[in-house]
Amino acid sequence: MDILNALVVFLNFVFIPAAAYGAQLALGALGVTLIYGILRFSNFAHGDTMAFGTAIVILLTWGLQALGVSIQPLPTALLALVPAIALTAVLVLVTDRLVYRFYRKQKAAPIIFVMASVGVMFVMNGLTRLLIGVNEQRMDDGARFIIDVRTFREMTGLTEGLALRSTQALTVGLAFVVMIALFWFLNRTRSGKAMRAYSDNEDLALLSGIDPERVVRLTWIIAAGLMVIAGSLYGLDKSYRPFNYFQILLPIFAAAIVGGLGNPLGAIAGGFLVAFSEVAVTYPWVRVVGYLAPWYDPGQGNLMQLLGTEYKFAVSFVILIVVLLFRPTGLFRGKSV
Amino acid sequence: MATNRQAAASSPWRAPVVFAILAVLFVLEGTVRNSMFSGSWNTSLAILNMGLISAITALGVNMQWGYAGLFNVGVVGFLAMGALAPVLIALPPVEGAWEAGAPRLILSLLVGLGVLAAAKMVYTRWRKGWLVALVLLGGFFLFRHLFDPAVTAIEANNPARHGNIGGLGLPVLLSWLVGGLFAAAAAWAIGKVALGLRSDYLAIATLGIGEIIVAVMRNEDWLARGVKNITSIPRPVAYEVNLQRNPDFVAAAQDWGFSAAETSGIWVKLSYMSLFLVVLLAVILLAELALKSPWGRMMRAIRDNETAAEAMGKDVTGRHLQVFILGSAVIGIAGAMMVTLDGLLAPTSYNPLRYTFLIWVMVIVGGSGNNWGAVLGAILIWFLWIKAEVWGPAMIAALTSPMADGPLKAHLLDSSPHMRFIAMGMVLLLVLRFAPRGLVPER
Amino acid sequence: MSDQDAVFGNRGNRDLSVVNPKGRGTIDGTRRSGPLGEGRAGDPFLIGENMTGGYGKGADILHDCTIAVEKGQIAVIVGPNGAGKSTAMKAIFGMLNLRQGSVRLNGRDISALNPQDRVKAGMGFVPQVNNIFPSMSVEENLEMGAYIRRDDIKPTLEQVYELFPAVAAKRKQAAGELSGGQRQQVAVGRALMTQPQVLMLDEPTAGVSPIVMDELFDRIIAIARGGLPVLMVEQNARQAMMIADKAYVLVQGANAHTGTGKELMQNDEVRRTFLGG
Repeated sequence: MDILNALVVFLNFVFIPAAAYGAQLALGALGVTLIYGILRFSNFAHGDTMAFGTAIVILLTWGLQALGVSIQPLPTALLALVPAIALTAVLVLVTDRLVYRFYRKQKAAPIIFVMASVGVMFVMNGLTRLLIGVNEQRMDDGARFIIDVRTFREMTGLTEGLALRSTQALTVGLAFVVMIALFWFLNRTRSGKAMRAYSDNEDLALLSGIDPERVVRLTWIIAAGLMVIAGSLYGLDKSYRPFNYFQILLPIFAAAIVGGLGNPLGAIAGGFLVAFSEVAVTYPWVRVVGYLAPWYDPGQGNLMQLLGTEYKFAVSFVILIVVLLFRPTGLFRGKSV
Repeated sequence: MATNRQAAASSPWRAPVVFAILAVLFVLEGTVRNSMFSGSWNTSLAILNMGLISAITALGVNMQWGYAGLFNVGVVGFLAMGALAPVLIALPPVEGAWEAGAPRLILSLLVGLGVLAAAKMVYTRWRKGWLVALVLLGGFFLFRHLFDPAVTAIEANNPARHGNIGGLGLPVLLSWLVGGLFAAAAAWAIGKVALGLRSDYLAIATLGIGEIIVAVMRNEDWLARGVKNITSIPRPVAYEVNLQRNPDFVAAAQDWGFSAAETSGIWVKLSYMSLFLVVLLAVILLAELALKSPWGRMMRAIRDNETAAEAMGKDVTGRHLQVFILGSAVIGIAGAMMVTLDGLLAPTSYNPLRYTFLIWVMVIVGGSGNNWGAVLGAILIWFLWIKAEVWGPAMIAALTSPMADGPLKAHLLDSSPHMRFIAMGMVLLLVLRFAPRGLVPER
Repeated sequence: MSDQDAVFGNRGNRDLSVVNPKGRGTIDGTRRSGPLGEGRAGDPFLIGENMTGGYGKGADILHDCTIAVEKGQIAVIVGPNGAGKSTAMKAIFGMLNLRQGSVRLNGRDISALNPQDRVKAGMGFVPQVNNIFPSMSVEENLEMGAYIRRDDIKPTLEQVYELFPAVAAKRKQAAGELSGGQRQQVAVGRALMTQPQVLMLDEPTAGVSPIVMDELFDRIIAIARGGLPVLMVEQNARQAMMIADKAYVLVQGANAHTGTGKELMQNDEVRRTFLGG
């Protein structure tokens, strides 16, 4: 019984939150890795574009809620996702046309794209602030729980309860569908293979008759989709504060690099690795240990927490350094976007 | 191609012209009172002082970027490292903190460093990953065993007023140097790892270390009281109140036809300005001398062709580490100066957008690789950043004046201060596009 | 190369966490094609005539250079290092600015087309280096060759595998993992997948062993005898001239000698200067 209780605590406080967070990071890292593979730079504007796309989702959700549209038990935000992706895609395409295309034509060094993305980051940050301000916003209105603590206790008779929030299940489910779709697209369709070919060898792709500008447009559209979905799931699961989206840039970059930049499979693995480590290292294990080893007394006030939650960024950083020390090209080398 | 004009147009007059424009802007700010300018010398000098600190930060970044091509996106962290120095050096000692557990705390930090060194030695000697992990894990628990009780004791010591280990009570100017040393130490640690990898991963590493340093400052109350802020950091210059009490000063102010309150503010700001100018000029002088020395020639050779330099037997990684540490030290000095100027350490204000990426805008706009460019770019961008907060709403108000009052207009007016972010992004993008070598290009 | 490269010098381009130099291109893919022109009566199948030009705004590399290939024939371009052999090939393919001269293919003037559209007009080009997609499988490489086709590519795929049985056995393997000779076969196969009307090879035997080189030449002859004209740049002048129907010797970007392979092999001056006696 105690082992089961320990397992439930573990699932409730470590596994489920980490899985949801990992799915969000993986989607974010996929976007970063796609842009890195095809446009050949790390997009510093990624977090702020995520914030902007999510802001559109929130505004549309509010609009839908005001109209009385609802798809209970699912959150209304799901309905807003598609138009928000379309709007964000238009925005990033316009940005590409106005900013990046010039440097592409010049065959500019990739670092210039990085600098330009810093400029875009400022603009996106300002646009988000103009659109929705800097305060916390909520958009979650679906059913709160699939399983709540009380029902679970009554069902199983265990002391510990397990709660599965609908947003967590939705996050993992939707992320899974999106990843499968993306992999199918990249590996099975003509356009997806064209993207991989362009990432491998730009000139040869051109000589094979692949239109580079079309590949780039496609990449931005897919990246916009990934950004809005990742951002909205993060906002639904936690809450929406624009500054948080700047902060998850570090775990997202870490996930993408740990997996091997430019490698989609690596981005997913990296996302989950970073998320699980962050949660595991910052979780107070005292209750789990209490069930597994009741004879052990950790002492008053000892939560058996390796690091405070404030330092969760340190975890992604340490994983990043360790992986780079031992596998300089990331966990998955070779195959690229 | 639009960029060709740039290369041709790097005339020797550029720097003086930009300087003159800046001077005019600050004089306007000091003398003209309208919707654009405040007409107060106090405001003008306050902007200039912060601009000078930004200029020193930009110089540090420019040393790394301009001399060696290192992309440091953790500027905020190195500023924060520097900012700790005045707190730990210049603040008076906290009564009871030493007895509460400072020795144990220092011991635990030394043990922490020792564990890292031991892990490194174990790895070099045996190359076994699991052995290193074992050392680190054991060391971590040992560290926490020593560290946690010490922290609890220190933080319990008069928590309403202190709860930190306090400073050494030394002169605050000394802490500027120590701030540089703190930042240099952090840079050494991070550079040693990130530059030693098979290819550079410096950008992501600095992004990470920047976040971590700021997180430490925010959460380790024993260090600098965390988000409870440290106030009343000692000043290297006179206090306004004391000046106003000094009859000679009041008489002199009246001779000039100013009120004592205004003159005392200006006097303090001018004193700060002279200190900052001394540091700025010293840093520029040293940086320029270094660039013209054999060391600087080697740095440029490495930057222009790393492969060739490496083939000639130059230690590229070692040189990069050197310049990374030097640049970070300069940033650290600026961080210490900033806290001294504010008299306040407020960790929540350490925002990467403002303290990392805005500095980058300054360096790029000023001219990568040119020290005078970095300085002029920094002061100009800082001026624009401050004034955009005023000009943005004025512009939005003008634009929305024909609109009927309503929620949209109210929303636009409310959010108009955020225009500064868009403005800074646009400035960076426009400079990159039309004058990518900056206002004062590298020679 | 471009002005933009000079902006930051080489700064920041070593930091792999922000920039990805792998697979970066050199051809401007945003350039649009101009209109097609009329060919001239009595033209060879493919001709680059009186070509003068260079890269970007740099000095001219080609000076009034003419290269042509007839249906069913092999034409080779030989010459000393730096003679502009590859440049001539790239000029025909539209990768540099021609100040004078024109390129005509199959009765049409294609001088104003960009490289992408020249592929669509029927040119198959195999660059000297970076001529495969290393992380994609052999089969995917070939599929990408057929990217512009909308019909069934299976028969062509089988033909290519028949021509190069060595790579057929490795169709699921990443092309980057193959040996040098096999990579070249994949590269030629990729170009054949477009069903081009003319095949252009830039030093196909560079860096492969003599045995592999002979085999590659055999394949190339087989391709040409199948009716597909082949234009190639070759470093190994003697072998190249032996299989050439027509050979062009370039010196400093201009035609020095032109003739059939046999003629040039017997030309004393050519033998003395290029073939080592």
